[in-house]
Amino acid sequence: MNAATTQKHPLDGMLRTDRIPHIWCPGCGIGTVFSSSLIAISSMGTDPMKTAVVSGIGCSGRGAGYVNLDSYHTTHGRAIPFATGMKLANPELTVVVFSGDGDLFAIGGNHFIHAARRNMDLTVICVNNLNYGMTGGQAAATTPHLAKTSTTQRGNPEGPFNLPLLAYACGATFIARWTMLHTRDLTQSISEALTHTGFSFIEVLAPCPTGYGRKNKLKNSDLLKVYQEKAIIKNGANPAETILDMEQGITLGKFVEYDRPTYADNYKSVNCD
Amino acid sequence: MESAVLSGEHFFNGDVACAEGALAAGCRFFAGYPITPATEIAEHMSKRLPGVGGHFIQMEDEISAMAAIIGASCAGVKSMTATSGPGFSLMMENIGLGIAMETPCVLVNVQRAGPSTGLPTLGAQGDMMQARWGSHGHYEIIALAPSSPQEIFYQTITAFNLSETYRVPVLVMADEIVGHLSERVIIPDASKIKLQSRPRPKGRKDRFKPFHPGPNGVAPMAHAGEGYMVHFTGLTHDERGYPVMTAEAQAEMMERITGKIRRNLDKIIQVEKYRLEDADIAIVSYGISSRSSQAAVDEAREQGIKAGLLRLLTVWPFPEDMIRELARRVKCLITVELNLGQIHLEVQRCSEGKAPALLIGHAGGSAITPEEILEKIKKQASGS
Repeated sequence: MNAATTQKHPLDGMLRTDRIPHIWCPGCGIGTVFSSSLIAISSMGTDPMKTAVVSGIGCSGRGAGYVNLDSYHTTHGRAIPFATGMKLANPELTVVVFSGDGDLFAIGGNHFIHAARRNMDLTVICVNNLNYGMTGGQAAATTPHLAKTSTTQRGNPEGPFNLPLLAYACGATFIARWTMLHTRDLTQSISEALTHTGFSFIEVLAPCPTGYGRKNKLKNSDLLKVYQEKAIIKNGANPAETILDMEQGITLGKFVEYDRPTYADNYKSVNCD
Repeated sequence: MESAVLSGEHFFNGDVACAEGALAAGCRFFAGYPITPATEIAEHMSKRLPGVGGHFIQMEDEISAMAAIIGASCAGVKSMTATSGPGFSLMMENIGLGIAMETPCVLVNVQRAGPSTGLPTLGAQGDMMQARWGSHGHYEIIALAPSSPQEIFYQTITAFNLSETYRVPVLVMADEIVGHLSERVIIPDASKIKLQSRPRPKGRKDRFKPFHPGPNGVAPMAHAGEGYMVHFTGLTHDERGYPVMTAEAQAEMMERITGKIRRNLDKIIQVEKYRLEDADIAIVSYGISSRSSQAAVDEAREQGIKAGLLRLLTVWPFPEDMIRELARRVKCLITVELNLGQIHLEVQRCSEGKAPALLIGHAGGSAITPEEILEKIKKQASGS
């Protein structure tokens, strides 16, 4: 037998290997973000049995289906409220929401802002591929102005959210943005977010060559080049000053980490003291 | 810790009685959103849950409330939400998620007149078909219909028990009149209240299949954090919980989620037969309308008319066999409900032309009076 087929991948224990191959396209960035998340979870030092992964619908939403942890693939946009119920019902759980930009910020936007406002103790990892990949590359709430998608064929008349700024304004207490090229920084940020008590948000830029790339005449490597060359790493940057602009630059880093009581802390102090 | 079961005699409205029923049933998580005429349930739960070690959260909308109770139930806590028409519409998608994930939870709908914003403060029973078919796809669901504060107390307990036993969302289809009506409610000793809890896994964790049915068709449920590494999805899935995109997997899963209800109808369906043994005219009713119906039956009997009442405590699954049996031996069936004919359609279907199936109903906003029902009974009696 070929050695390559028998060699065990270091993350095999974290995967439902009987569900591989996954559905992600060649050149897709989700797998790298997924790996970083699994490395961070497995090196967390806490019991993986006490970690649950919740996702919504979309390409990134399929992440929950491959992770060998308690995992819940919910309805479109509703991963955060599902995770909220789970966390409040069993506060011992570390609850990770792994989903995409369309899921978390368009259909699920209302839940994101309220969970951040409450400082619900969740870790939200958003793979931002700038479009709806699963349904064939439609415009999202993160699609750059004038970018072409299958529903903005002459260019996107709308502009995107600046997600770290949105998260900050809503009250998230840990905020970072990386690209899937910055795997060490990303893994480090996810590890920190997992141990941070409160609402943690990590945006990860990842290419979608099949959806976004094709329509904007970007080769597989083009967006990666932009992510490499335009990256401006600025830890501690004011979220209001972070930019995500393919020409001017992409601000990356761990922008925010501070402590304030979580929803559960406040619920307890109001109701039980 | 406060007592979860307030044994004794109380004067409660239906909403409060519902909340107390939930607490007595072991509900320890409530997620909701304010809406007339169900708000008092959320208010009462917010006051009571912290004292019994439970958790209340007011969510940003009804969509998230429904998602949160499924999440909480997957972590092992008996969970509930309560709403009315517009909120019920918003919960539909996640009711489907609860069905597909086979997750126990209870949803109370204190019905008001619709469509749309309708009559927020006035009662109706217009969401009965939505209760049956409101979420997309084919499925089976359980829906109960209480007619008084005392009954909503017990039915909420029953709803939790059925939900736990069959791993299915259970609907308590109350209405504004029952919700806001204050009456005597007797809460028994905690020891007298029988509670069920979901079947739980035994044996090796690595061999556990979260959707492999047990003897009654219901799979044991493992919770997040217990080490079973379960996967739950709204996609069509096999017994491992893994998505499988084939017609065969769809058929198998549908058989599982509908079969566990269809094969246990005798254990699920509850009705009350009132003066039906020798009846010529059978009223079929539920909820608040069944109280007017009962009064009309008594008055008809006073006047020498053989009327009786089949009161549906369980509306879904529908007691098809009972209607079939009734249609063979009565002269006519009259459905009384606060809508323009929903359960009436089911009565018509199941009577199979053996007896005429008539309707007394209006679009909501006020209760149907015993006089209206009596008049129709008398008309039928004189015509026969």
